[in-house]
Amino acid sequence: MKYFDRQRQLISDATFLSQVKEVSQTNLERCYQCLTCSLGCPTTFAMDYLPNQIVRMVQLGLKQETLTSATIWVCADCATCATRCPNNVDLPKLMDTLREMSLLEKVAIKERRIAAFHDSFLTSLKRWGKPHELSLLLWFKLKTGDFFSDLGLGLRMLVKGKFKVFPPGFTSLKEVRTIFHRVNQKLTTEEKH
Amino acid sequence: MRAICARLGIELVELADWSCCGASSAHQTGRWLAHALTGRNLALAEKVGLDLAITCPACYLRLRTTQKEMKDNPKQRDELAELIGQPYGAKNNIRHLLPIIYHDVGVTKLKNSVAKPLAGLKLVCYYGCYLVRPPEVVAFDDPENPRMMDLLLEAMGADVRDWSGKVDCCGGSLSMSKRRIARRLVAEITQWARNAGAEAIVTACPLCHSNLEARQSDKLPVFYFTELIGLALGIAEVRQWLRKHLISPLRLLASHGL
Repeated sequence: MKYFDRQRQLISDATFLSQVKEVSQTNLERCYQCLTCSLGCPTTFAMDYLPNQIVRMVQLGLKQETLTSATIWVCADCATCATRCPNNVDLPKLMDTLREMSLLEKVAIKERRIAAFHDSFLTSLKRWGKPHELSLLLWFKLKTGDFFSDLGLGLRMLVKGKFKVFPPGFTSLKEVRTIFHRVNQKLTTEEKH
Repeated sequence: MRAICARLGIELVELADWSCCGASSAHQTGRWLAHALTGRNLALAEKVGLDLAITCPACYLRLRTTQKEMKDNPKQRDELAELIGQPYGAKNNIRHLLPIIYHDVGVTKLKNSVAKPLAGLKLVCYYGCYLVRPPEVVAFDDPENPRMMDLLLEAMGADVRDWSGKVDCCGGSLSMSKRRIARRLVAEITQWARNAGAEAIVTACPLCHSNLEARQSDKLPVFYFTELIGLALGIAEVRQWLRKHLISPLRLLASHGL
């Protein structure tokens, strides 16, 4: 982890902690690094920093390091950490906050496949208002350029009737699209402030 | 689900005009979009005035999260109402199907309605994440050792094994985007199930069900818990559902005369 830049200046954003605390509504300063979160976490093998390290990094204001980490995307949101945390630090909410911030701040995302999946899911949802797996898969494949993986599995699922070929009809589609529009507007005005 | 609820005396009414709750993808990338997508459905259900019965623990957790946050914070509730264009009072009673069957129908009644006991079928019950965690939001059962599904299936004659994989994560939300993670987590779960002597895993989550089948190399059958209830109650429709599985459970069931 880098603490200093080339000019030997400390890379720390003094407002980062308070910003994260405000959005996530969780008191990260209570963490005393007992590592219970990281010991119970099922996906640490794919992380670059352990969950307890992420908490420490936020406390120290290491914004760039935190928002570009793989950890925030690899977290499967299973909440084992938060359930066992002796200090009630809500790590899943912290991870949600960090993911949202990394998207809003347009930093380089380390786990682009995971971000692309979420984006495809929401694109499909905005288009149909209800889940439609086939279009979600198509968008995901277009976004990642990975056309050939899971083709066999996809076909088997199609044959078994697990995918609906035609998108669901939905009368209030406009309402859902308005929600997407209003949320975007809200985020833009909040950013200006 | 409809067939089983009808048999057990639970009347289901589909929420008219429902839309997708946004699942993991919405709340992992933007809290307001997540609250608005769930909030729309919650507001619709509030107008109908009935309890919300949900089969998917992810939807269940998302809806309960929004309701809890809106209940605790009236200012946010107003902001939400503006986004969804309708008032929301955060008064819903949001319930998962498993506790509905467990509490409202009850183990004794279920036991008395069994037509074909699941005798000899060695099972482990898998609860996964969202049904049990975070406990202050889902208010379900013991977060480390839930027993609800175990007790229901035991009542129907199955040989339910105790095991350590009950509440471990299967990596379902990463099933598409990070197959390596999903495969490893699923392999651990099936290994623990085998160690406990189980012939099949029973879930209460459609996403876990799909992930446990699709990312498994072990060929251990996986059931959604209502399928087994349906079999024990002698509902004929169940056979059609079982044909849709990626890992066929038919041979296993036949070996136990089911």
